[in-house]
Amino acid sequence: MAIFLDENSRVVVQGMTGAEGTKHTRRMLAAGTRVVGGVNARKAGTSLDFDDVTLPVFGTVTEAMEATGATVSVLFVPPAFTGDAVIEAVDAGIGLAVVITEGVPVHDTARFWAHAAGSSTRIIGPNCPGIISPGKSNAGIIPADITKPGSIGLVSKSGTLTYQLMHELKDFGFTTCVGIGGDPIVGTTHIDAIAAFEADPETELIVMIGEIGGDAEERAAEFVRDNVSKPVVGYVAGFTAPEGKTMGHAGAIVSGSSGTAEAKKQAMEAVGIEVGRTPSETAALARAILTS
Amino acid sequence: MDLFEHEARDLFERYGVPVPRGFVADTPESAREAATRLGGTVVVKAQVKTGGRGKAGGIKLASTPDEAFTAATAILGMDIKGHTVHKVLVTEASEIAEEYYLSFLLDRANRTFIGMASATGGMEIEEMADSITRMPASSFDASGVFPPEVALQVNDVASALWKVFVSEDATLVEVNPLARTEDGRIVALDGKVTLDDNASFRHSRSADDVHGDPLEVRAAGKGLNYVKLDGTVGVIGNGAGLVMSTLDVVALAGAAPANFLDIGGGASAQVMADGLDVILSDPSVRSVFVNVFGGITACDAVANGIVQALGMLGDRADKPLVVRLDGNNAEAGHRILDEARHPLITVAHTMDDAAGRAAALAGKES
Repeated sequence: MAIFLDENSRVVVQGMTGAEGTKHTRRMLAAGTRVVGGVNARKAGTSLDFDDVTLPVFGTVTEAMEATGATVSVLFVPPAFTGDAVIEAVDAGIGLAVVITEGVPVHDTARFWAHAAGSSTRIIGPNCPGIISPGKSNAGIIPADITKPGSIGLVSKSGTLTYQLMHELKDFGFTTCVGIGGDPIVGTTHIDAIAAFEADPETELIVMIGEIGGDAEERAAEFVRDNVSKPVVGYVAGFTAPEGKTMGHAGAIVSGSSGTAEAKKQAMEAVGIEVGRTPSETAALARAILTS
Repeated sequence: MDLFEHEARDLFERYGVPVPRGFVADTPESAREAATRLGGTVVVKAQVKTGGRGKAGGIKLASTPDEAFTAATAILGMDIKGHTVHKVLVTEASEIAEEYYLSFLLDRANRTFIGMASATGGMEIEEMADSITRMPASSFDASGVFPPEVALQVNDVASALWKVFVSEDATLVEVNPLARTEDGRIVALDGKVTLDDNASFRHSRSADDVHGDPLEVRAAGKGLNYVKLDGTVGVIGNGAGLVMSTLDVVALAGAAPANFLDIGGGASAQVMADGLDVILSDPSVRSVFVNVFGGITACDAVANGIVQALGMLGDRADKPLVVRLDGNNAEAGHRILDEARHPLITVAHTMDDAAGRAAALAGKES
């Protein structure tokens, strides 16, 4: 099994007609994703040719869902319009909205998050690489050829560290890899993904990757202590980050004494999560557990 | 982006948050002039983006314009926790009866915004943690937190402050202290504002930060995501998480990273050249670790970018580079680097090995 995304997921792409949207729609199709159309109000009624398929462009997410039975939307919408686009997807009742866009104002994210409260929509992102269930479906920009289906569930704030760990553990393979994004407010948290992996019978081990900023990792550690029976291996980036500097991701900042990598590592280790000092050591810890 | 106090003061004033009259000065003469215009006793305050100004001697009272001149002479050029003082804010002095605390900020855990208030203020936030009341920003109410005679006034200030927060796309607006003066007015005596850089596209912001680290200013001009650090191993990588991880791995190898630099996806020769140029302009850099995991980015393109960048930099490239490429087309990338036989390039196959080599090279040259 996989979490949040599987072979039955039918994907529409908001912003498919833009350069990034087109490029990644092609990659998603190549990975076997059932992409069923795009959304762009100004190009409604047109279509876009890909290698083996021609995809219709709809004016709204609602129309796309009615015509195609779409269950997932992947958003490549420019930052200024992302907030409204997510709200449109939520109002249409989409099951999963994967917000790839980087640079969304946090007031807009807070707004669409509040709007989605109590709705049936799960939001992943913004500023994330998306989600892949290898061999089944790929919603976002994670390279599909790094690894294969397997038994590890991975949740990470960082795109390239996700790829690195997928690569290092490619021989085991993954049920699902979720890139939750590096913004201060994200729709799906470490806890949401870990809870789903715990409930997924095919996931045998969970890898969680964190980085400086906020206390999501600390809260995830508490959740693991109280709710998770499967082994969890962790990694945290940013031990050398100076206080008060944003390190690439909008949310990656140590403020005063809060949000440090050391505090996160200690919180994780305190509940029995094995934490690697480097990505390779983290992979080795996972490998040791899976082969024991 | 954090604002200077004087920038925060100006924003507050524009939205109706009561602030003391004041002027910015960058010379002792203009501080004297500001004091003359304000009349009476003034406060001369160092403008630096760090706390602890008072303890460092960066805030002085002056009862005459000449005293303001003397105070500004002492404060301008002062170093406060590594921040050089280039400007002072000269404001009218207030007769303070009580000090309070008021802020609105992003609550990451609850994915919303909250208000924080305390009837004790004027100290570091950590020192008053127990006295702070947190409440949803949308239902902020000062009554119950503040003395009844000022609660209505504080609510008015809070409304104006919330307007600053929302209209300016802030992630923090903080007034500490918020003062009740002897004559019963509520005044924001010091302010801290952090704006969301992601929202810059809908604001016309002119950052008064020409005195930032010169390499950071130069990198920002090239559109690079660069943070200057204190070590000797320069770092370039793709993806914020991977670059942070690279810094940590360099530290584990016994060296200190000289910078954070995320060149993101693509990694064209021009971006690589721009990045290397900034890193090699840092005199403390003794070796450079280029760490790329090719996800969508192809490693052969990165390898070509590195070789071309070194060509573009010519003699300016004078420090050894340890390159680790993995992922998409890594073998082709290695082949390109091998064939280039560039004397400065060492190829390593894992992050840990590359960090060890870069650390050793940085140590050797010292």
